[in-house]
Parts: sequence; C-alpha cells; structure tokens
Amino acid sequence: MILLETKQLTRAYGGVIAVSKVDFEVEQGLITGLIGPNGAGKTTLFNNITGLDVPTSGTVHYKGKEITGKSAHSICRMGVARTFQNIRLFKELTVLENVMVGRHFKVGTSPTKGRFGSVLKSFISLGNEEFEMKKEALHWLDFFELGELSDELAKNLPYGHQRELEIARALATEPSLLFLDEPAAGMNPQETEHLMSTIRRIRALGITVVLIEHDMKLVMNICDTITVLNYGQNIAQGTPKEIKRNPLVIEAYLGKEDE
Amino acid sequence: MLNFVLLIFIYSGIYALMAMGQNVITGYVGLLSLCQAGFFAIGSYATAILSVTYGWNFWLTIPIAGVLAALSGVLIGLPTLRLKGDYLAIATLGFGEIVRNILNNWDSLTRGPMGIQRIPMATVFGLKISPYEKWGFLVMVWIFVLVGYLFFRHLARSRMGRALEAIREDEIAASSMGINTTKYKVWAFALGAFAAGVAGSLQAVFTLSVSPGTFTFMVSIMVLCMVVLGGMGNFLAVILGAFLIQFISYFPQLVGLSNIIPPQFKQVLFGLILVVMMIWRPQGILGRAPRMTLNPKKKQPKDSDGGEK
Repeated sequence: MILLETKQLTRAYGGVIAVSKVDFEVEQGLITGLIGPNGAGKTTLFNNITGLDVPTSGTVHYKGKEITGKSAHSICRMGVARTFQNIRLFKELTVLENVMVGRHFKVGTSPTKGRFGSVLKSFISLGNEEFEMKKEALHWLDFFELGELSDELAKNLPYGHQRELEIARALATEPSLLFLDEPAAGMNPQETEHLMSTIRRIRALGITVVLIEHDMKLVMNICDTITVLNYGQNIAQGTPKEIKRNPLVIEAYLGKEDE
Repeated sequence: MLNFVLLIFIYSGIYALMAMGQNVITGYVGLLSLCQAGFFAIGSYATAILSVTYGWNFWLTIPIAGVLAALSGVLIGLPTLRLKGDYLAIATLGFGEIVRNILNNWDSLTRGPMGIQRIPMATVFGLKISPYEKWGFLVMVWIFVLVGYLFFRHLARSRMGRALEAIREDEIAASSMGINTTKYKVWAFALGAFAAGVAGSLQAVFTLSVSPGTFTFMVSIMVLCMVVLGGMGNFLAVILGAFLIQFISYFPQLVGLSNIIPPQFKQVLFGLILVVMMIWRPQGILGRAPRMTLNPKKKQPKDSDGGEK
C-alpha cells in the first residue's frame, strides 16, 4: 500500500528550482532511502512533505488524503514525524522534557480539531496528565537506553545521544511515517552500526521509515527501496541492487566517463 | 522616610506584575516585546474611565482592564508574531507609542493630555484603601503580586509552559512536534498583556489620576530591565528584579541626593545595568528557574527509575 506519494512536486526559489516535478512514493512498512549528491533537493523535498515549506506546484497525498501546504503541526498530528539534518533539540530543556513535548498534542486535545480551548486545557493540565506524559516519554527514552539521562539538559548530551534523542522525540508523537534527515551524519562506524539496528527496531514497531543519508553502507544495508534525486529530479528508484547498477546514478555521483 | 520606602515597595509590586507578564513573552517564548507600557496604559485608562465616567466599582474594572489589555495583546500579536527579534521589537515599540498617541488625542474619551483626575479610591468591605495610608495599599498590591506569581508559576509547570519554552528553543522543531506555535504565541502575548492591564488598574487607584505622560517608552524599558536583571524565565527572579530597579530609580530621592543626581540619570543607569548584565551575567541575578527533574529528593513516580535494561 502506498502510504505517501508526491505528484509532480515542484519547489522553486525564484529562478532556482530545488525540486522539479518529483514523483515520490513511500510504500507502507518499508524503509525507503532518499539519496543524491549535495544540493539535489532531498531536504527540500522533506520540508515540502512535512509542512515546513510549501510546494510551488504539485501535490502530496498521505493515506489517500491531500496534505499539500498544510501546516507542520497539523501534518505531525496526522502521523508524520521527522528529525532534522542539523539537530534541532530544545537545548535548554531536559532530555525527558524534550520527549514530553512530542507527547504534547496527545493529551487533552483532540488531534484533529485544534480548537480555541486547547491552549487553555494545556494550561490547566497538571497531575495525572503530566504523570502519563512522563511515563510515555520514559518509555521512548528506554527504547534508546537514554532513561538514565532523563534529567540532563539536552545540550549536555554527547552528539550520538542527541541524534537518538531527536528520534525518540519524533517517535513520541506516535507517527505512522518517520522521516530521518541524515541520521548517521557525524557518527563513527560503531554508532552507525547501532543506528542501523535502531532503525530496524523502529520498523518492527510498524512504522514506515524514510531516510536521507550519505553513508552508502547504511543505505544499501537497511533500505528496501531507494529513490535517487539529482538536480531536483527523480532520476531512479528501485532496490539497492538495481540502484548500484543504474548508469544514471553512477553518472550523478561520479560523472560521465568521456571528457 | 518610611513612607518613601513603602512607596518604593508599592511601585515594585505594580511593576512586578508587569514584569511577570513580560517574562511570559520574553523569558518563556523568547519574543522581544517592548509594549508593556501600552498594555499598562490601556489597563489604567480602563479603570479610570469606567470608574470616573461610569461610576463603576474598582473591583469590577480590574477584569475589564485585564481583558481589554489582553485583547489588544492579541490584536498586536496576530499580525506581528511572524516577525522575529529586532523587527518584532520595533513593531511592538510602535504599538506602545500608538496607544500613547491615542490617549493624547482622543479628547472625548481620555481628555487628552490633561488626563483623568479624581479617580475614586478602591474600597474593601466599605473600607477605603487610600494611597495615603500606604500600608493598606501595599498589602493589596502584594496580594495581587502573590496571586499573579502563583498563576504564572502554574503556567511554568504546565504543559503550556513547556510548549512555550519549546517554541523559544526551536520554533521549527516545536511545530514539527505538533505544537500550533502561532496559537501559543498569541496566548502568551495575551497573558503578558493581561498582567500589565491589571497592573495599570492598580496604578490608577494608587495615583488617583492618569495622564498619557506616565506611559512612556521608558516604562517598557524598565520592565524589560527588571526581567533581564532578575533572570529571564524565572518569575521569582523577575519580582526581585522589579524591586531592584525601583530601588535604584528612587535611590537619589531616598538618600536625599535628588538635587545632585538628576532623575534622567536613572536612564543612564538602566542602560549600564543592561550592558553589564549582558557581559557578566546574561542569565540574570538568579538565572532561569531550575528545571523539574524526575529524580529529585522529593517523591518520585513509581516507574521513574528508567535505568533497567
């Protein structure tokens, strides 16, 4: 089943076309890799899908419903979570609080209707609600074995843990679809190895994962299907084996043979 | 002399309310707003006009003053909250000046630069809370501060407080976590303005007259100084900041040096305080309120020792 698809998605910044008529499909239950040289438009595509940017033209459908141009918070509430290329944690909040923010819209408010009163309800919340949120948040911290660090400020965590915390925070929103933007950036081989097993565990939870990554070992190892972008265009898609042999992909990464 | 000290404490209380409001906006959501004076003025005039022209009881005018200020907070908030940093500061600064200009020129309602005099005193069970009997007034003001403090401390500990802080730390990440950032920012503005409106009400029954000259840009700057000096994001610290700034600004009169030190000197001093604080103690005297932790000395939830693997 197709969980998410973009049709002819285009994002132009003035004369620069960052993403050009991209058809991109995410199959439910699979790990989809999105690769391409720097500046190929991978993050722009992520941003346009998750509501941080609005496409110039084209559509995004999620679970059959059009979500093009919806706000980031409503797309998140529909079950699409993400992490960021340059880690965006709430630095001055504790590790636990970071994850609790991910639980924020799950309590007291109806996820679909963001009524006027929802802010008031969040003001009145204490006690039981907070306790439930803590419990849920701790569950996700334990998933990453970060439980012992719950009271640390996020900014004090070592880099690898910060990456994990960001994923934990995204998972706390209980997504069906998780976008990871270069999760292995800056990690050493052991950490990358660990991350691969984590991503597999996330899939085992029934969550569909899409990831942008430059680490080909990771991509080729864990992705079921790969989409390649170059100059904003979708130039190839298929299984890791197919992608490895695809002449267009080789050209995009290594250049043409003659000249 | 004692009277003068009491006066400082009364003004500290009134400004503490405003500073707590500013703290929601600046300390929690991280927006540099410079229009507490505008909300303060709206609250003051609401009480003045309602009680003088329409003969309302002071206690009834307080919620109106607060709500009117809050509504104008929403009014200024909705269009300007797309702005950040310096741009928001300029927009809000403009709003404060617009309020003052309206008060100066809407003669039929505000009586222009003359202002409104003979505001009836506040009464409790038939007892007048006269500004000339400073003890009584002092107690009343500080009860307001206490209630305000409890209110805002609750805010800080609630889910809403955490959402506001998340927005301050990273707005994009917050919205990607399902938080409607616009809505929370507007509410923060409304709450901050509400506090200033109530402070304005108290100011009106303390001075028993209002005029546009009171609500200058300097007031907003003083309030901002209080928050920075005490410690952003810490409501107790902000109250301390309010007292210190009031104490400093009345210091020349207090020690009888007002002939030597001109009143304008305090403006130089505020600027100096801001610079010195930014260099040596940017977090303020007390700094941010300590974060709530899972494993403090206090009781903890049963399943909180998340270390089991």
